[in-house]
Amino acid sequence: MPSAGRSGEDVRRARRRPAAEGVDENLEDLYENAPFGYLSTLMDGTIVKVNTTFLTLTGYTREELVGRARIQSLLPVGDRIFYETHFAPLLAIQGQVREIAVELKSAGGARLPVLLNGAVRRPAPDRPALVRFSVAPATDRREYERELLRARQRAERSEAETRQLAQILQASFVPPELPPVPGMDAAGVYRPAGRGDEVGGDFYDLFETPRGWALSLGDVCGKGAQAAVVTGLARYTLRTAGMQRTRPRDALALLNQAVLRERTDRFLTAVYAQIDRDGGEGPRVTFSLAGHPPPVRVAAAGGIEPVGRPGTLLGVFQDPALHESVVDLSPGDVLVFFTDGIIEGHGAADLFGEERLAGTLEATRGLDAKGIATRLVDEVVSFQSGLPSDDIAVLVLRVPREAPVPDTPEGVEGPGSGLA
Amino acid sequence: MQLFINIAFANNGWLVAIRSKERNNINFLGNPAGRPILFSHGFGCDQNMWRFVAPAFTDRYRVVLFDHVGAGASDLASYSFERYSSLGGYARDVLEICREADLEDVVFVGHSVSAMIGVLAEIEEPERFGGLVLVGPSPCYIDDGDYVGGFTREDIDELLESLESNYLGWSSAMAPMIMGNPDRPELGAELTNSFCRTDPAIARHFAGVTFLSDNRADLRRVRTPTLILQCSNDVIAPQTVGEYVHRAIPGSELVVMEASGHCPNLSAPQETVDAIRAFLGD
Repeated sequence: MPSAGRSGEDVRRARRRPAAEGVDENLEDLYENAPFGYLSTLMDGTIVKVNTTFLTLTGYTREELVGRARIQSLLPVGDRIFYETHFAPLLAIQGQVREIAVELKSAGGARLPVLLNGAVRRPAPDRPALVRFSVAPATDRREYERELLRARQRAERSEAETRQLAQILQASFVPPELPPVPGMDAAGVYRPAGRGDEVGGDFYDLFETPRGWALSLGDVCGKGAQAAVVTGLARYTLRTAGMQRTRPRDALALLNQAVLRERTDRFLTAVYAQIDRDGGEGPRVTFSLAGHPPPVRVAAAGGIEPVGRPGTLLGVFQDPALHESVVDLSPGDVLVFFTDGIIEGHGAADLFGEERLAGTLEATRGLDAKGIATRLVDEVVSFQSGLPSDDIAVLVLRVPREAPVPDTPEGVEGPGSGLA
Repeated sequence: MQLFINIAFANNGWLVAIRSKERNNINFLGNPAGRPILFSHGFGCDQNMWRFVAPAFTDRYRVVLFDHVGAGASDLASYSFERYSSLGGYARDVLEICREADLEDVVFVGHSVSAMIGVLAEIEEPERFGGLVLVGPSPCYIDDGDYVGGFTREDIDELLESLESNYLGWSSAMAPMIMGNPDRPELGAELTNSFCRTDPAIARHFAGVTFLSDNRADLRRVRTPTLILQCSNDVIAPQTVGEYVHRAIPGSELVVMEASGHCPNLSAPQETVDAIRAFLGD
């Protein structure tokens, strides 16, 4: 068919005449008028060859540059130092550099942001080595990079502010320091998870109530602002309950209702304890556990064991099962309250666990409350290579072996006070 | 207290002792029984700065190479903005390296800012050193009255800005650009990673510490025999500065090299080696 024949002929003609045919491109022109400035220097930076594009970009004449100027002299002083300390060593050692951002001083004094790529060329062993540079104008790109840099600086500032906010908020979850409790040595340590830049959910408290001293310690599920709201609520609800002479079990039930009313999806575990000093040789601790790891008693007479009857966590059920347990402490006894950041600390292979907890506490016999709490937290942090996966809160109560200083009416009445 | 961790959170205040071997990526070459020669790199690169010079000393010397903390393959976790807020922190590292490796009668070869780091270490513990070689030293980079350091404070601020705009790209893109050089096959595989690479924040801090330091008053306290290697056309440490150092260090020797630029250890390794050997009487 005629049409088919014509079509075949077109194809053959196209084959004979490639698209590039007749195009006037030659190497000389490719060099001189390339879309990049080109610059060749000796290793010391002396310019030996330059293309027309470079001269057009910078406004210099060939005579001003070739054999007379060094590339360093075209750079403002900051970039010149950078060239000598970074750029020149890299060229000497690895033979090339790429994407170096510098400014060129043009003949008129204006500064031209460019990106330089450089490669060392050794024509022959007896000829001096050359460095060939391509020079790409980068005015818009540099502006974009500056904007990126500013954005990063803003982000860093904002991150620092957030971290500070987290730390301030965090600090409100534990007392700045524990008040002195008559006849009792008490200490608390709090260590946030990781590097401590996110607000966590652990809290503890130790305060005087109309019927003696009370302590609380708990762990709200999750992190961040929402968990912080519940953590603050928990600490102060339990404080208020204590002031109203509420029993430990009822204090936790009150907190359960308060959290349910918040309509948050956060829940928490907590322990609340009442410390009574009337009668007996040492203090009596009455406490209630809500989904919380039981405290561990280190008895002066020997033995390390968890104590207390477990209960339901708070903020989930309308009617949690909560109980009260009683521990009578003798002189030298220690009672350690903690959050699960202790026993569930992830090591390389397994969790810190109750055995390591017991082992560590065994090794702290003889230390005061502060020493015990610090040692325990240090061990758990070390176990996790310095970066705990969860917040850790520890509150240690210790009954000193010596008689308490009788600075309260209770202390005076206490039968143990005569031992001094 | 038993600590199992070996990483330091210097910024968080959690500190752990790290020995200088790991901290400074120390490499021992050459003759283990020889006199120790310790090469200390300057701002901008790492111990690779000495790759064309150090091999010339392995026959008779115990060659010790290391990276300043923050540079090369040093332990970045050991970096502390506080410890390294002055050259004294780096000088302490040099002395710790010497003590831990039991180096005596040390020949200290310091390039650029490391020249002053060596001077400070020598003043602290002169009995440790048998010779100082200062390559392109400057006790003060900023002009001050009659003293010509070569730069103004504004110049240095501009450098810091230049670093910032360059590390923007370099911080994550350095590695791919490092390739073998067909003319120098010996530079092959080991360059694939962090070559002269620095953490941007550390580089910026080190630049400030380096270029704002003033150790002019320390020079006259040096007692160890000292060689000053001065390049021609060095824009970082001009010849007048080399002459100033020479006048200030009692009994020092000044050699003005043909090599130009600031890094004769790279651009003219043989001339550098010959000058050091002549100074050591080899």
